[in-house]
Amino acid sequence: MSESDPAAPADTGYDEWADSLAEGGYFIECANGHGSLPPRRVCPECGSTDLAEEALPETGEVETFSEIHVAPSGFGEDPPYVTAVVNFGTVRVTGIVRGLSADEVAIGTAVRPDVERNDATGNRLVVFRSA
Amino acid sequence: MTGVRVAGVGLTPFGEHAGRTGRDLFAEAALAALDDAGVPGEDVEHLNYGNFMGALAERQGHQAPLMAEAAGLRCAGTRYEEACASAGVAVREAVRAVRSGENDVMLAGGMERMTNLSTAEVTESLAVAADELFEVRAGVTFPGAYALMARAYFDEYGGDREDLAHVAAKNHANAVNNEYAQYQREITVEQALDSPAVASPLHLFDACPITDGASALVLVSEEYAAEHDIEAPVAITGTGQGGDRAALQDRADMARTPAATDAAAEAYGDAGVASDEVDLAEVHDCFTIAEVMALEALDLFDSGEGIGAARRGDTTRDGDLPVNLSGGLKAKGHPVGATGGSQIAEMTRLLRGDHPNSDAVPDATVGLTHNAGGTVASAVVHVLEVAE
Repeated sequence: MSESDPAAPADTGYDEWADSLAEGGYFIECANGHGSLPPRRVCPECGSTDLAEEALPETGEVETFSEIHVAPSGFGEDPPYVTAVVNFGTVRVTGIVRGLSADEVAIGTAVRPDVERNDATGNRLVVFRSA
Repeated sequence: MTGVRVAGVGLTPFGEHAGRTGRDLFAEAALAALDDAGVPGEDVEHLNYGNFMGALAERQGHQAPLMAEAAGLRCAGTRYEEACASAGVAVREAVRAVRSGENDVMLAGGMERMTNLSTAEVTESLAVAADELFEVRAGVTFPGAYALMARAYFDEYGGDREDLAHVAAKNHANAVNNEYAQYQREITVEQALDSPAVASPLHLFDACPITDGASALVLVSEEYAAEHDIEAPVAITGTGQGGDRAALQDRADMARTPAATDAAAEAYGDAGVASDEVDLAEVHDCFTIAEVMALEALDLFDSGEGIGAARRGDTTRDGDLPVNLSGGLKAKGHPVGATGGSQIAEMTRLLRGDHPNSDAVPDATVGLTHNAGGTVASAVVHVLEVAE
């Protein structure tokens, strides 16, 4: 969106990261092996400024999740929907689970990341699909 | 370092104050606190004021001078914002100002106006306390965030919704006699279990209500109290604050709240009090699971033991360690920016003996308050002791 409309608000670093999830995504790794998500100038764990982009593992495991029944106004997602925190090893990512009902999601469920566009807000929306 | 006394406390009733402005709510609490203290307003040297969502709820920023004016004070003020811990940090900084010798008389507290918004608008406003990019855009609501923590806790330590329902029932029972409480009525464990789901595994009766209200405290130095013959038997002897990564996904263990652990360790050390000396606690039960995690972070229960505390009766009114005798956020209500001050006001009343539930803790001398911001990315803990 920012390419087609240069005046649109952007969150540089985050936007590029979210877009990359369509091709598997990446994370930030510091020289000491700590993972984090962009934008970063410094590792929040150890203060290292020696940071590199590394590919996310293809799949992660659901670490915790909730079926949300009351959504914020204007969020654009019809409740109920399932939000999960997914562990990819050195980083965890939060997103909405697609294609699986709350009954089909469990701690340990394997999923892969993807990105959609939230039509109501215009923001990127991190989603997970069954791996 | 001078000691800090709570000279007076003031609260509005918590609940729905349809049509009342934030400035009117805070003025009511502030005037009540000054009256309770017997301290003239002109002696107040600074206002420390907590507020979270006033810019959204009333379209009013820059609230501290407005609130000082509403309270009839001639002094400057500063607004503190740390989500639901806003008033907690406002009090903490007032304690530090008095201890430093810089000030002798501080007014500290907070206000939140929430019921003028719809539930969806409040949900949107509270979500601002989470990480906008990585949580809010991924559908995490405030109840949703605590639901993620609750499921992580159940997975790590066990426990279930019925354990949480006992927390809700306990806190409602405590609120029955509290004239400031939003819900002065009991609920059963079955009612809590049968309430509608908000964010699984949390249901409606696991959640605190949407509340309007204000709190205010007059904090004075021991020297001022002695010089002016102010009756102030309760002292704030310990204060601590902790911080954590903002987003849940960035924490190593979502079943624990290390910010509160750090805040408690600092407050205990500051007061020279051990956790087993605590007689009663007011903890930040914005959701029932939050009380459980608070009990463990405060070292009042071992990891995995907090979940059963209410069900076993350990933390009920008649238990060894009554928790949230005010009714807690769950039943007393949670006007976000006022809550940290309200907890200390209630603890002061409980220790002074003039709270409706003081008879549950007639010999208590040490009380603990725990105020948390967001999903405990911020935590403030205070130790209160009977000094006279």
